[in-house]
Amino acid sequence: MTGSPLIEVEDLRIDLNDGSRKVPAVESVSFRIDRGETFGLVGESGCGKSITALALIGLLRPPLSIGGGVIRFEGREIQHLSAAKQRALRGNRIAMIFQEPMTALNPVSPVGRQIAEMFVLHKGKSWREANQLAVDALASVRVPAPERRVKDYPHQLSGGMRQRVMIAIALACGPDLLIADEPTTALDVTVQAEIIELMRNLCAERRTAILMISHDLGLVANVCRRVAVMYAGRIVEERGSADIFRSPSHPYTQGLVASLPRLGSRAALGRTRLKEIAGVVPAIASFPDGCRFNPRCAQATDICRTTAPGTDLLGAGGLVRCHHHA
Amino acid sequence: MKLRANLVIGGALFALAILVGLLAPWLAHTDPIMDANLMNAEEAPSWTWWFGTDGQGRDIYSRVVYGARVSLTVGIVSQLINSVIGVALGLSAGYWGGWWDDVVNALTNLMLAIPSLIFALAIMAVLGPGLTSLLIALGLTNWSFTCRIARASALSLRSQGYVQAATVLGYGDMRIMITQLLPNMLGPIVVIGTLGMGSAVLSEAALSFLGLGVRPPFPSWGSMLSEARDQITTAPWLSVFPGLAIFLTVLGLNLLGDGLRDILDPQSRSRRT
Amino acid sequence: MLAFLIRRILQTVPTVLAVVLVVFVLFSVVPGSIVSSMSDDGRGAADPQVVERMKKQLGLDDPVYMRFGAYIGKLATGDLGTSFRTREPITTMIAKRMWPTLQLIFAALTFAIAIGVPLGFVAALRPGGIVDTVSMVVAVSGLSMAKFWLGLLLMYLFALKLGWLPSFGYGDGSLKYLILPAVTLGVSPMALLARTTRAAVLEIMTADFVRTARSKGMSETRVVKWHVMRNALVLILTTMGLQFGALMGQAVVVEKLFSWPGIGSLLVDSVLQRDIPAVQGSILVVVLFFLALNLLIDVLYGVIDPRIRYA
Repeated sequence: MTGSPLIEVEDLRIDLNDGSRKVPAVESVSFRIDRGETFGLVGESGCGKSITALALIGLLRPPLSIGGGVIRFEGREIQHLSAAKQRALRGNRIAMIFQEPMTALNPVSPVGRQIAEMFVLHKGKSWREANQLAVDALASVRVPAPERRVKDYPHQLSGGMRQRVMIAIALACGPDLLIADEPTTALDVTVQAEIIELMRNLCAERRTAILMISHDLGLVANVCRRVAVMYAGRIVEERGSADIFRSPSHPYTQGLVASLPRLGSRAALGRTRLKEIAGVVPAIASFPDGCRFNPRCAQATDICRTTAPGTDLLGAGGLVRCHHHA
Repeated sequence: MKLRANLVIGGALFALAILVGLLAPWLAHTDPIMDANLMNAEEAPSWTWWFGTDGQGRDIYSRVVYGARVSLTVGIVSQLINSVIGVALGLSAGYWGGWWDDVVNALTNLMLAIPSLIFALAIMAVLGPGLTSLLIALGLTNWSFTCRIARASALSLRSQGYVQAATVLGYGDMRIMITQLLPNMLGPIVVIGTLGMGSAVLSEAALSFLGLGVRPPFPSWGSMLSEARDQITTAPWLSVFPGLAIFLTVLGLNLLGDGLRDILDPQSRSRRT
Repeated sequence: MLAFLIRRILQTVPTVLAVVLVVFVLFSVVPGSIVSSMSDDGRGAADPQVVERMKKQLGLDDPVYMRFGAYIGKLATGDLGTSFRTREPITTMIAKRMWPTLQLIFAALTFAIAIGVPLGFVAALRPGGIVDTVSMVVAVSGLSMAKFWLGLLLMYLFALKLGWLPSFGYGDGSLKYLILPAVTLGVSPMALLARTTRAAVLEIMTADFVRTARSKGMSETRVVKWHVMRNALVLILTTMGLQFGALMGQAVVVEKLFSWPGIGSLLVDSVLQRDIPAVQGSILVVVLFFLALNLLIDVLYGVIDPRIRYA
């Protein structure tokens, strides 16, 4: 049991069908997450991190589709399962919470009912039992007066409360993997910390693995044991959280780390500007040849412009995809 | 691709209706009113009588051709009146705001509280039947939608930089409204106007059908159908052609309106499905 | 909820008063006084003596504002006046015709909803499919047809050719008399509902909460049943609300076409006979009915969409 990972992604490709042809939006993505582990996927918007998550839970919709590779859940390939079998996993064994808790909840349905649906769908409960369980679920995410709150509609709750409801929904059936796509981006800073803390504690109690997706390297490194950095549809570096801060290997990761404010540093005190990475993320249809980071990379040489780098092993299980990595 | 089809088919149908109306004296076979001949009463459609004849022996084809004049005059003129009223009220209310805006809003709400065909019917009841009454009745009762759109866009345009610049330059209110605001709301107004013409044609037909529109024996598609109802057992063809003419004209205007909307007012596609 | 309802009803009071004023002014101040139109038999001027006597009788020599006050006073007691033609109280005439009109409108709406909404759903689930294409064509055609023409064609086909249904009249009030008028009246709201439903469902299917529902492991059928339907209803109700005005107008025409003894045909007959009090009365009742329908829509909004109740 220790040897086999909970979920394993191998050489995943996601195609974007733009009407006339298929362009790979995500390519050669591989990673594994063990049971109870916390794993982060970091990158700028448009790098493919969110659609990778949607692929894991089987929610890609046209024009996006899985173009190749394998996704194994508990050793079983799930990417080609029938719709019904995928649904049995979805929500039940693999759950997901989304960025915007206002729009992610149905505005015309009481939140209790939206939680209760999980028990009806996956645990074969009656609505009466499910509604009771929904109260318990709401209590477990530390919502005060849950027996009254279940009757509330999303618009009556604050952003933080709504995200708690989302967590209650996601954890209702005790899933093995929780995918959290920018779970706190839309929230106030003070609420962010509470939500992260809650999510981490609840998952630790239940041995639920977390796949956390964010543009915020600092946040992800704080929550997760391991972090993968994505750039333009590829994973460019995968490291332990501590290592990635101490010795970022890929030039892109180095840029990300350098752009983070650190407590007590001159930048955080506003005395020097934070470093930015020059240039912009390329669009899917116009990914550059060779290493996709080369147009923005200070260390780029001829080989970077012609040949895509392979993955190199670093110490302590780290991986990097760069011709000139540190 | 579909947008083009709307526009082309709609435009063609509308243009055809206008041509028929304009060329009626040349297209018609007989005089639509005078050439009654009981010898030819209730002839079924044939090579001689393309659409058949009515109870008084009049040629339905000729009457349908002349009927286009009534329908299109009422449709176009009454909708123009509506557009002018709607734009004038909405534009000024949105631009000036204040008590005038409240007055216009109250008026619009009142108009929306009375179903427009019922309102038109009441006006016809007061004015009596006839073409002028029709133009007034239909021209005064269907401007609320135009007014709302004009008001909303005047409201949002008012704060735009170039309008404020015009104010600073000392342009008069009238000049600003006409040269700066009006051109920017023309798209949706034209679209609503085109669709409104279609409903005006339908309303004219309905009022004439009820005996409140154009007086017989003058040919209107609506009044022809009114006569056709009484002869539906003996001469069903009387019911077919005037209705078909209404249908094609209104269909043309609706398609044209949809097509224009896709070009002129793309954001509003969801507003009216 | 009750407070919402009361507030909403109070909001319509000024509108009702304004409508009363408009209807009153329209028939009293406009040139061609009531009496001359009443006593005008179409051939020429009426006898001046008769006109004078009638004016006095009807209090028409009083100033307009007094007449309006008197009119409002009578209205408040439910007195709509007396018909010029039949000498019957208008209230009684209208009461007799209320039920057939209600029947007709209710049947037409039922038909429109029962066909239009499911059609829209089916069309939305397969955009570009056969059902979608056909229903769009039917919808555009339905909206472009004169309702009385459609009625004539239906009458010809189902009553005269096939003989399945009576061609006109109220008969004994049984369902078979209701079918043709109701279908005729229901076709355009049906077409509009189908199009709105389709657009609403397509829009809602892209919403974030639908993705959440799918992430829960729900089948598409359940996604639609549990999460799309109720949200679509909000948009569908809006369209229905906008349609009522046209529906009331068309009801008049359809009643006349099928000789249906409702308020609409009373209105038309009164207009044709220049029976002004009857015209005023029936217009007021139609408007009140229209406002009541809109009120009903607003209440339904509150029931379906919780955001509105508390707003």
